[in-house]
Amino acid sequence: MEQGTFRVKAGLAEMLKGGVIMDVTTPEQAKIAEAAGACAVMALERVPADIRAAGGVARMADPTVIQRIMDAVTIPVMAKARIGHFVEAQILESLGVDYIDESEVLTPADDKFHIDKNKFQVPFVCGAKNLGEALRRIAEGAAMIRTKGEPGTGNVVEAVKHIRMVNSEIRLLQNLPDDEVAAFAKNIAAPLELVKETKKLGRLPVVNFAAGGIATPADAALMMQLGCDGIFVGSGIFKSGDPAKRAKAIVAATTYYNDPKVLAEVSKDLGEPMVGIEISTIPEAQRMQERGW
Amino acid sequence: MKIGVLALQGAFREHRWTLERCGAEAIEIRRPDELDDVAGLVIPGGESTTIGKMMVDWGLMDKIKARYAQGMALYGTCAGMILLCREIIGSDQPRLGLMDAVVRRNAFGRQRESFEADLYVPEFGAEPVRAVFIRAPYIEQVGPQVAVMAKVNEKIVIARQDKILVTAFHPELTQDDRIHQYFIQMAADKA
Repeated sequence: MEQGTFRVKAGLAEMLKGGVIMDVTTPEQAKIAEAAGACAVMALERVPADIRAAGGVARMADPTVIQRIMDAVTIPVMAKARIGHFVEAQILESLGVDYIDESEVLTPADDKFHIDKNKFQVPFVCGAKNLGEALRRIAEGAAMIRTKGEPGTGNVVEAVKHIRMVNSEIRLLQNLPDDEVAAFAKNIAAPLELVKETKKLGRLPVVNFAAGGIATPADAALMMQLGCDGIFVGSGIFKSGDPAKRAKAIVAATTYYNDPKVLAEVSKDLGEPMVGIEISTIPEAQRMQERGW
Repeated sequence: MKIGVLALQGAFREHRWTLERCGAEAIEIRRPDELDDVAGLVIPGGESTTIGKMMVDWGLMDKIKARYAQGMALYGTCAGMILLCREIIGSDQPRLGLMDAVVRRNAFGRQRESFEADLYVPEFGAEPVRAVFIRAPYIEQVGPQVAVMAKVNEKIVIARQDKILVTAFHPELTQDDRIHQYFIQMAADKA
């Protein structure tokens, strides 16, 4: 019997596919998410929009908050650690969370290195805005990737940019002759073996979700049609007028992403969406997507 | 041979690929009418609460039961196994409940307790099955019509009742196609 193998870690991400992972800050929100059909929840002290508003240093949530959410639901529970903060990750692993998000939503704890995720039994998900970044994270042990987008904005444009970038780099790679692959790997600063595997598969070697700015059922379906395997919704649900209804609608849109009639139906009467932020109004130094190396 | 894969949420893509490797025509099922001409249906791993609710919301629960009554074979992995069992310990979530068995969710523990192991299953030959268990359930009790095919630590992880097959683990995450071949044969044996 073997535990913590890469197949077991990546396997949970495979099971989350086609589903919606929702940010929650209380056991009550976790129950609303579960009842709406979330395939997992992300336990946080504050959703990204509030982290953005609060400023200062954002850290791992209080273990009490995480534990109460774990006790409230039967679906998998994820939690965030700061980039490079392997002790926060050790604490989250000891709590028994099902996935750790080494996340740019929190303030990075290391300005050069990410967590050595291969050392852990618990699987990790990491953000990426291009193929090189995705493959560097996988080399460090990430068993799941997500787009970074721009968290807490309710603006999907950056997530779209990131999935399109990854897709176009993979298409380019697939059309390269074998003798040009090593130079391609060098250019995107990714390990050659993972670049070769990506070329062979024609996709990332692990599951790739959308995250960062998804606020409506149409946003979720857009990311699915662009080739994402599933959806993270951060602030988009519990910062909206009717969280339970919106959550359920986004779940339906993630399954029926190719069916505009269903999308029209579930998009009706959802109440106020979260207030969005135009990306150009965010100073570059405050853009979370620039965090990560 | 046309086999459906319930594609509401979870690892349906891997089941489709495995069925295709076995020579079956695999189609993704999201609407009740898509079940009309399949000989069998795979219910994949994923979140059983998510899949069960969507089955109710999108009219698939009754349709699957009706097609089963007409002879359609069913294979559930992990969440699919939970949804096929009559009783789910500590839960009133929606289910098909067609197999006379009592199942426990997340029975081996959380993700850190997930594991892979070799299983010896007489029906599948001398070569062991590499079984990947992810927050997996197991069956605690079965009725007289249910045949137990394999156990891990005395917990039931493969069972069959007539035209229903269930596994607590994920053969679709490996390259071993024997269980899917066995299921395709079950679906073919109907008529």
